[in-house]
Amino acid sequence: MTGRRRLNGLRRVPVPLLVLGAIGFILFALPLAGLLARTPWSRLWDLITSPMARDALRLSLLTSVAAAAVALLLGVPLAWLLARSEFPGKALVRGLVTLPMVLPPVVGGAALLFAFGRRGLLGESLYGATGLLLPFSIWGVIAANAFVATPFLVVTVEGALRNLDPRYEAAAASLGATRWRTFRRVTLPLIAPSLAAGTLLSWARALGEFGATITFAGNLPGRTQTLPLAVFVAMESDRDVAIALSLLLVAISLGVLLVLRNRWWGLR
Amino acid sequence: MRRLLLCGAMIVTLLGTSCSSAEPSDDELLVFAAASLTDAFSTVAAAYEDAHPGVEVTLSFASSSSLRDQILEGAPADVFASANTATMDQVVAAGAARDPVPFAGNELDIAVPPGNPAGVTGLGDFADEDLLLGLCIAEAPCGGFARQALEKAGVVPAIDTDEPNVRALLTKVEAGELDAAIVYRTDVLASAGSVDEVAVPPEFNVHATYPIAALADAPHPAAAADFVTFVLSSPGQEIMERFGFVAP
Repeated sequence: MTGRRRLNGLRRVPVPLLVLGAIGFILFALPLAGLLARTPWSRLWDLITSPMARDALRLSLLTSVAAAAVALLLGVPLAWLLARSEFPGKALVRGLVTLPMVLPPVVGGAALLFAFGRRGLLGESLYGATGLLLPFSIWGVIAANAFVATPFLVVTVEGALRNLDPRYEAAAASLGATRWRTFRRVTLPLIAPSLAAGTLLSWARALGEFGATITFAGNLPGRTQTLPLAVFVAMESDRDVAIALSLLLVAISLGVLLVLRNRWWGLR
Repeated sequence: MRRLLLCGAMIVTLLGTSCSSAEPSDDELLVFAAASLTDAFSTVAAAYEDAHPGVEVTLSFASSSSLRDQILEGAPADVFASANTATMDQVVAAGAARDPVPFAGNELDIAVPPGNPAGVTGLGDFADEDLLLGLCIAEAPCGGFARQALEKAGVVPAIDTDEPNVRALLTKVEAGELDAAIVYRTDVLASAGSVDEVAVPPEFNVHATYPIAALADAPHPAAAADFVTFVLSSPGQEIMERFGFVAP
């Protein structure tokens, strides 16, 4: 597309939409400009590589990748069940599975604590039997991240499964493939782009997770203090570190969204 | 062109409505108070409202350090009550508050879940790797004081979580997820039996002095000064005492 055609495209936009749209864009762009204006550029690299930042970055990468893996492992079967099978209470199941997308994360964290904490519904017997304790450990961070991130994969993959032409799977079945083999060899490759998009999106959501993590897994540098938690703590101790880490998170998140632009929204 | 004007008028109206509510009036008051003041100040605010019909007091609780940052970023607060003098002094040094007055004192306590399941006996247990232990973040007054007490006792703590404020910390003890945490004595009293107390010996304990001040840019300066006076008056001080606060 050439620059001239883009300009012509802009000229056809109704003026009120253009004005309000521009105001909307400014509302989104201004906070980022504020962050950039306060960024201590000359010290940026030192700040991003400080011990607190390095610990948080390492932990964040590890836990967000693990959470995306959990989302993939548990989210794909859930998406398949929601897209392809009929069972009573399906609407409720879908509601519960996608709830973390709209729930305040701190509520999710509290709920996780009451379920998987040492005195929790399941956590108490888990701790009694295995000594495994999710809160205040890296496992708790992964659990909190997976809890908020998995719905993004489920929604993406369920949509892809619904849009899939059923004739491919029917053909495989008619050639004698088992249902499991059909799923592995036909369905999965067909939805591969959505799988990738869903995984990336859930990874990005996990990377940005704050509320559920601090409520469920606590906050300890090197063990449970992820990047967003480090930003929160640094806001009160070393503002420049907070800004540098924020910028890092913005850059990663924006990068993911740019990569995903035509997968998630169907846009170019 | 007319459409454009209409659109401009719409925007002006939209922006205007949010500005018109900021008219100066002393019928409302925004008080920023340290998390450890949650219960005491809720009662103080109710008593103040009773004594001043028509005035509505809104309370915002967080760690004093978090509130300090909000004030320095221009939050439209009228009054600031901090859990230590250092944080208040930073607000004063930035020109955002004048003449803080000490109005209450507090001391540290170890909070443990009911029945003390881990058998915590004192500050020395905070070095135990096998226990689940919490403090406030070092920036919050409760976290700073707790670290001072541990240092006095010669304990190198094995902490499992730094919570953002004292109430978040207390909640995790109440839920039984932490074996012990260092909080204020008033927090243990306020939790009314949902945590047990293990005393911090006087020789290691730290006395916290709480200062209060009307803010320099208070949207409601008269009411702000009046509220500070009320907290220092005998009805205000009686409430502080009832919640376990001691003399500053």
